[in-house]
Amino acid sequence: MNKPLLQLYITGHTPRSERAIANLRRICEEKLDGRYEMVIIDVLERPQLAEDERILVTPTLIKPLPLPSRRVIGDLSDMEKVLSELDLMSATKPEN
Amino acid sequence: MQNMEMREPVYIDKLETGIAGFDFISDGGLPKSRVTLVSGSAGSAKTVLAAQFLAEGIRRAGEGGVFVTLEESPDDIRRNMAGFGWAIEDWEEQGKWAFVDASLQPGEEIAVTGSYDFGAFLARIEHAVRKVGAKRLSVDSLGAILTRLPDAATIRQEIFRIVMALKKMGVTAVLTAECPENYDQISRFGVEEFVADNVIVLRNVLEEEKRRRTIEILKYRGAPHQKGEFPFTVLPAEGIIVIPLAEIQLEQKSSNIRITSGNEELDELCGGGFFRDSIILVSGATGTGKTLMTAEFIAGGVKHDERCLLFAFEESREQLFRNAHGWGMNFEQMEKEEKLKVVCVYPETIGLEDHLVNMEREIKSFKPNRVAVDSLSALERVSTIKGFREFVISLTSFIKHQEIAGLFTATTASLMGGTSITETHISTITDSIILLRYVEAFGEMKRGLTVLKMRGSMHNKDIREFNIDSQGMHIGKPFRNVSGILAGNPQLLAPGEFERLRDLFPEN
Repeated sequence: MNKPLLQLYITGHTPRSERAIANLRRICEEKLDGRYEMVIIDVLERPQLAEDERILVTPTLIKPLPLPSRRVIGDLSDMEKVLSELDLMSATKPEN
Repeated sequence: MQNMEMREPVYIDKLETGIAGFDFISDGGLPKSRVTLVSGSAGSAKTVLAAQFLAEGIRRAGEGGVFVTLEESPDDIRRNMAGFGWAIEDWEEQGKWAFVDASLQPGEEIAVTGSYDFGAFLARIEHAVRKVGAKRLSVDSLGAILTRLPDAATIRQEIFRIVMALKKMGVTAVLTAECPENYDQISRFGVEEFVADNVIVLRNVLEEEKRRRTIEILKYRGAPHQKGEFPFTVLPAEGIIVIPLAEIQLEQKSSNIRITSGNEELDELCGGGFFRDSIILVSGATGTGKTLMTAEFIAGGVKHDERCLLFAFEESREQLFRNAHGWGMNFEQMEKEEKLKVVCVYPETIGLEDHLVNMEREIKSFKPNRVAVDSLSALERVSTIKGFREFVISLTSFIKHQEIAGLFTATTASLMGGTSITETHISTITDSIILLRYVEAFGEMKRGLTVLKMRGSMHNKDIREFNIDSQGMHIGKPFRNVSGILAGNPQLLAPGEFERLRDLFPEN
């Protein structure tokens, strides 16, 4: 299957943004075994992109692909919820 | 710095909104570079006000505006506001108007995986403000966020942060908030009003089965404003029009210039005619000749080359013209010569506030020397008593301000004497009152007329008999042997008794 695309929207490099980035990296490394594409978008630098995607709160994580597109908000500290909400359970490594 | 602000009264600059009437009741507009909360129940025209605030800024001063929408989609707003004549799409293309679209999408459920803030929302607002160089900003409505996201405590804190940030941006902002009921809480979530320095309440209340819209400035921190509720209306192709009741009352001029009533005998009774800047009330039961007196007032003006405007709320054009013809007046010809304009409207077609706005507009555009309203009582039906009184005060002030003469008719409920509601509400406002009454004498119905009040002038106090024929009204002799006419209880006096009374109070 295609590599999931993960877009993380943050607003500046605040402690909350850094926490979200670290959490996302951990999820990707531990659960997705490196099969992913990750983009970090700072809303302060790309406000129009945030407008187009209608981002209201940050951090917001969007998974546009594979379909269906999904999004979650928050600093991603609830790892299980991130995986289930983004429908990425099937992409995770089988746990031995 | 803060201490200084607290001790000394700080002069607060205001930004003229351009919303008709609002700048008067707010003593100059919204406090500049501040946040004003506009609270109202569903259907109280909050969104219209939020959009009109921006639209007037663009139309009047070319000031850019940002509309932050949390409820309706930008498409809905563009469509809904097009009816008011606001070309939002064109303004967007010209870089004068920008939306920040935070409206709820269908099927949008947001899963929360940890702590978050509204940093992105704020960044988008700032981006939009920069993009159009916004001076004005509207948020409709902030409280909507609260219903969409869990964790109310966080959101309250965030709303506070957003409002603080708006203040820093230097824009004059309007935040709308939905309140559950009229005359109760200001906002549903009880949070918005604490963050705004200024609070305006819009109401849409049901009074005696009639809808009445009012606007009230509840709080203008550190700035003067008019107190209390003011009626307003929402007109197609216009938007909100606030009716500032007290606006023109204070500066009424009056002159000693006399004008004809259109009837020589009546002029005599009034001591030489009506005053030019006066309001005359003609009160009487149905059929006593009120419309005739109106017609004579009009014809008298036209004869002296004055422009006359007649608002007819009781009769159709055809009826009115036919009646006038019967009294020897050719309204058609007068209209052709553009000396007369007759506006016939059914009272029930629109609300009283709308009537007022329309009438003022007609007066402004036709620029008459005389205005007649036949009858004011017909307008009572479409309003509450309070609303009617406000209407009459506004209309009289407006007419007086134009330095023209106004003649209103009022219908009394009972055939024989009595007073009408109209009369009780406006008798103190009008300068002259003429009563028309039926008088029963010797098995016959006669008509009587008296000038009850004539401010600033001597007038004849007789109750005169009058007749109506194909030439109009003819005022005759006083009723000398009837008393109790005005009370609606005429009593015949024996001739001997009359002589005796006359001798008791000899006239010089």
